[in-house]
Amino acid sequence: METASKPGRDVQPKKARLQTKKKKPRRYWEKEATLTAAGASPGPPRNKKRNRELRPQRPKNINLPKKSRIPGKPQFPKKPREQRNLEPQRNLSGAQDPFPGPAPIPEEVARKFRRIDKSKKLPHSKSKTRSRLEVAEAEEEEISIKAARSELLLAEEPGFLEGEDGEDTAKIRQAEIVEAVDIASAAKHFDLNLRQFGPYRLNYSPVGRFLHSEALFAVAQNRWLHIYDNQGIELHCIRRCDRVTRLEFLPFHFLLATASETGFLTYLDVSVGKIVAALNARAGRLDVMTKNPYNAVIHLGHSNGTVSLWSPAMKEPLAKILCHRGGVRAVAVDSTGTYMATSGLDHQLKIFDLRGMFQPLSARTLPQGAGHLAFSQRGLLAAGMSDVVNIWMGQGMASPPSLEQPYLTHRLSGHVHGLHFCPFEDVLGLGHSGGITSMLVPGAAEPNFDGLENNPYRSQKQRQEWEVKALLEKVPAELICLDPRALAEVDVISLEQEKKERIERLGYDPEAKAPFQPKPKQKGRSSTASLVKRRRKVMDKEHRDKVRQSLEQQPQKQEKKAKPLKARPSALDRFVR
Amino acid sequence: MSTVRAAESLLALSRQEELEDLPKDYPLSPSEDEGDIDGERKHQKLLEAISSLDGKNRWKLAERSEASLKVSEFNVTSEGSGEKLVLSDLLGPVKTSSSLAAVKKQLNRVRSKKTLELPLNNEEVERARTPLEHEVFNILHKNKQPVTDPLLTPVEKASLKAMSLEEAKMRRAELQRARALQSYYEARARREKKIKSKKYHKVLKKEKAKKALKDFEKLQKVNPTAALEELEKIEKARMMERMSLKHQNSGKWAKAKAIMAKYDLEARQAMQEQLARNKELTQKLQAASDSEEEKGSVEEEGELLVPDTVNEIQRDADGPNPWMLRNPFSGPKEAKVQDAEQLLEPVAHEASESKEEERPGAKEDILLNTFEERRALRKKSGLSQDAEPLRKQESEDSSSQEVLSELRALSQKLNKANQQSGKQNMTSLRTVLPVQREEPTEAEEEPLLMQRPERAHTMEELEELGKEGCFQNKEVPRPVVEGQQLERNPHNLPGAPKEKKRKEQMIDLQNLLTTKSPSVKSLAVPTTVEELEDEEERHQKQMIKEAFAGDDVIRDFLKEKREAVEASKPKDVDLTLPGWGEWGGVGLKPSAKKRRRFLIKAPEGPPRKDKNLPNVIINEKRNVHAAAHQVRVLPYPFTHHQQFERTIQTPIGSTWNTQRAFQKLTTPRVVTKPGHIIKPIKAEDVGYRSSSRSDLSVVQRNPKQLSTRHKKQLKKNSVN
Repeated sequence: METASKPGRDVQPKKARLQTKKKKPRRYWEKEATLTAAGASPGPPRNKKRNRELRPQRPKNINLPKKSRIPGKPQFPKKPREQRNLEPQRNLSGAQDPFPGPAPIPEEVARKFRRIDKSKKLPHSKSKTRSRLEVAEAEEEEISIKAARSELLLAEEPGFLEGEDGEDTAKIRQAEIVEAVDIASAAKHFDLNLRQFGPYRLNYSPVGRFLHSEALFAVAQNRWLHIYDNQGIELHCIRRCDRVTRLEFLPFHFLLATASETGFLTYLDVSVGKIVAALNARAGRLDVMTKNPYNAVIHLGHSNGTVSLWSPAMKEPLAKILCHRGGVRAVAVDSTGTYMATSGLDHQLKIFDLRGMFQPLSARTLPQGAGHLAFSQRGLLAAGMSDVVNIWMGQGMASPPSLEQPYLTHRLSGHVHGLHFCPFEDVLGLGHSGGITSMLVPGAAEPNFDGLENNPYRSQKQRQEWEVKALLEKVPAELICLDPRALAEVDVISLEQEKKERIERLGYDPEAKAPFQPKPKQKGRSSTASLVKRRRKVMDKEHRDKVRQSLEQQPQKQEKKAKPLKARPSALDRFVR
Repeated sequence: MSTVRAAESLLALSRQEELEDLPKDYPLSPSEDEGDIDGERKHQKLLEAISSLDGKNRWKLAERSEASLKVSEFNVTSEGSGEKLVLSDLLGPVKTSSSLAAVKKQLNRVRSKKTLELPLNNEEVERARTPLEHEVFNILHKNKQPVTDPLLTPVEKASLKAMSLEEAKMRRAELQRARALQSYYEARARREKKIKSKKYHKVLKKEKAKKALKDFEKLQKVNPTAALEELEKIEKARMMERMSLKHQNSGKWAKAKAIMAKYDLEARQAMQEQLARNKELTQKLQAASDSEEEKGSVEEEGELLVPDTVNEIQRDADGPNPWMLRNPFSGPKEAKVQDAEQLLEPVAHEASESKEEERPGAKEDILLNTFEERRALRKKSGLSQDAEPLRKQESEDSSSQEVLSELRALSQKLNKANQQSGKQNMTSLRTVLPVQREEPTEAEEEPLLMQRPERAHTMEELEELGKEGCFQNKEVPRPVVEGQQLERNPHNLPGAPKEKKRKEQMIDLQNLLTTKSPSVKSLAVPTTVEELEDEEERHQKQMIKEAFAGDDVIRDFLKEKREAVEASKPKDVDLTLPGWGEWGGVGLKPSAKKRRRFLIKAPEGPPRKDKNLPNVIINEKRNVHAAAHQVRVLPYPFTHHQQFERTIQTPIGSTWNTQRAFQKLTTPRVVTKPGHIIKPIKAEDVGYRSSSRSDLSVVQRNPKQLSTRHKKQLKKNSVN
């Protein structure tokens, strides 16, 4: 029997936090000294500190995303009207502001929040349209700058283990890490010895729950799917989902996706208790499943080496990727939805790029194929191979994990049967045949949490509020598609269709340019011949313009054709042998 | 009776007009001169009035065909347009729109604001509440200081007004002068234009040309940069000449002359003259001496590999006609490039060396001969090459075929001409090829240098080019076929054109899955419990064996993909009715001709997204449920969906934005203050100031100028 157990969040840190909460918040006019004295900002103990304790000889972490300011040209955003006067304002005391105006925002930071791709050229627009576009662009710029400014509030920074010269971080054992870290973090490392029953699988909720709130969790039992509340009372038994092997919950859609032995992928709407879609994957028993947190697409691994991507709106898979020569054993998708890691029976571990091309970025042959994979919030990849867990790390936040050197390794007392990273904690939970192990992985989790989104410290009241809000903002199931941003595009097909129908209905195209009609002229110049001549003249001119334009574009096109081959080798070049 | 009355009324009108024309400061007694002119004008007006009595009211523009000494200052009036002239119009040359239009514009600006805060004018500023404010207000009022608009104090306004009269007088005098001059010039030009003598014009033109030349020479001495600009202008004129059909044998005159030329010596001469003129006009001015370059070109000729025809035609296609240039082959730049190529390609170098050894000293003669031959050949084979690029584009396929066939013919002839050398080259290349095939990595190491557009050098490659074209059209998705093709032209051929390389960038599925990835060196090799190991390993091995039994996985996947592609293709519609217009009966099939005729071919859809991704099947079906949520109507000012998409790309919700940004994005269009009366919008609220004439028109017309001046004044004040 497969059980999903939920290691409860320790109560201890909460208490500790409450104490810190009562401290008087520091005001900006208070001195620096008090800052250092007050020191610990409210929040859970963070990795950075831990890291310092571990490796005191290195003052700065290479992996830290440095907030670099461009020294050359400070970029000033558009100043609001009030700050038009050039002289720095003097305040009451007569002191002059040494840094007048708003603080400069580094361009890269603002670029992160940019939504409009200005490189795409728009067709020619009228002045009215243009003004609208300008307004939209200015708005977007302002907003991105505002968002960049608010980055300042993300005070915590992730930290990683760093070996001294030549030291392999993979050799550092858990015991050493536990010794080095603070007590609260050390308490998160534990081993539950539960040899009595079979292998264990576990899951963390985005905050610490299983279904949309900790009050509910679903368990797939031998025959049917059961839903329990937090006291262990069975609330529902869903008989339409039978012989379920895997479960995934899509929190924004309130969908519980189940993969069954019978080869069906079923979507259950938890908020109303209805089955939204039951899709036949036509690939036999399904026991490899994961969700893409970015677009809520379900990834299924099959025994013929393919991974198929599913949405409840489509009867067929959105995409099918041939990943391995043997069957697929595990699939994991990172939190940004950019990378997918797969491992197969051919002992290979591959990382795919999910942005449009679905091509492998890197591949490694493991001594023994990985049976379980998991991505952490910051893109660390954990793989469980029989009784060993390997963790790989990427170069930065947005890069795939490099499989060259494992970041950490850990040996368990039993075979791995499930592994999951704990959100907002540097903890990897491992379910194995001998029980459950909670392992410390520095730098795994996102150090800054969004209190409005997933608040680990929320009260019951807040949870209830959140639940109502989340239900109100529930995303319809049919909106799940590969590119969620495509929803912000105009439905061109129906637009054209409607246009066509309108033309048909009216008998003419109301938006078409009216054909040239020569004006009548006096004194016998308006003869039919001259009218025809004039009309032809205009026609010819238009034609000439068109030809000229095409001629102008021709060399550009040729250049375009010629250039990318030379200067920019494709990203897929690496696969050419 | 009526006519007389009309005339009278007109007279009265004109008088009135004059009265208004006079500035108010002027004394109303005109001098004798003016009285005289006035009389003339009245007379003219009367004449006009009488002439316009016959129904058609023709306004005749007052124009002077000859320059006269006496230029009435009142002649500058806008008599034609029938408007009154006001002093302020003379003062401000920049036309202002009517007040209504201005207000409208301002109102529109208000309307286009994203949020409108009402009431518009902040009267709170004026309203004094506290006693202190009252006092300040009183003082300001007493001293005639501006309370709201600090641009000019009333005193300053008054002073400006006082100044304006003299200025205006000077300005008017200047304007009058300019207009008089212009009228002289216009009259002269009109007179000259009327002269019908061709000879006169010819002489005039020549004179002008001479003068221009002289000027240019002078300019060259005095100001070389300006001369350069002038030179550029001349160059541009040359270009225009080249573009136009002037001085070519296509005009009416030229055609007539061409007919006559057979019999008439003069006509012949005239034609030749014209052609010479054309040549002269289209001749490029070249400063550098050509001898060196020519040498270079000749040398390079020697180095060039095999039939130059190949290269030449390519050049024809994309550059200007080489025969029009003085040195048909390349400037110094290209020579350099050639050198670089030589360095890069040892093979080519060898070949060229062998060629050079073979060739006797009289290379140049042969070259010249070959040129001649080629020219003749090209003339024979029609105009297909030097056709305009447009036509080329239109009929690319056919023209390319033609070019190919022609190429073959040409190069064969050439081969015959210099058999030995050609053969030698071929053989040498052939011998080298396999060697290159064995060392692809070397070639790959210098892709940046190698990948410049290269020309096909050998006949085989040319043929392969043709084949390639066929393949490209077909686009076979099967990797098997691809592999064959790979075999045939391994992509590291030295002269392989780019298309080949690009083609091979399509990922080979076999490679993708079977390439050995480096294995991970893990510290902790998983130890397995013995029994488990036995069991599991056996199990796994069996599974792996199953998986690797053949290329089943790949083959199945490819099959699946092919099916998916087929299914997604639009289907042809077959409208044939068996037995219609033919014999009917069992076992009879409609003829192929009929089937072809009634088969409606479905238009080819856009290329599949997974066309070049062999390991992926992407579903091309539309998500209808999601499409229901998409926008399907373009709102008003947008004409294209891309424009609209750009405006809706930024999310508005607080989930994606900071609180401030969210608030700003969602502010209502009209914001009102509670407890405030909202009055109808006045022009003043919008920023428009009425009473443009009475109140300092100068300030209104060009506020920039004055404001700067005013600033200066302010500065002075502050300094003092």
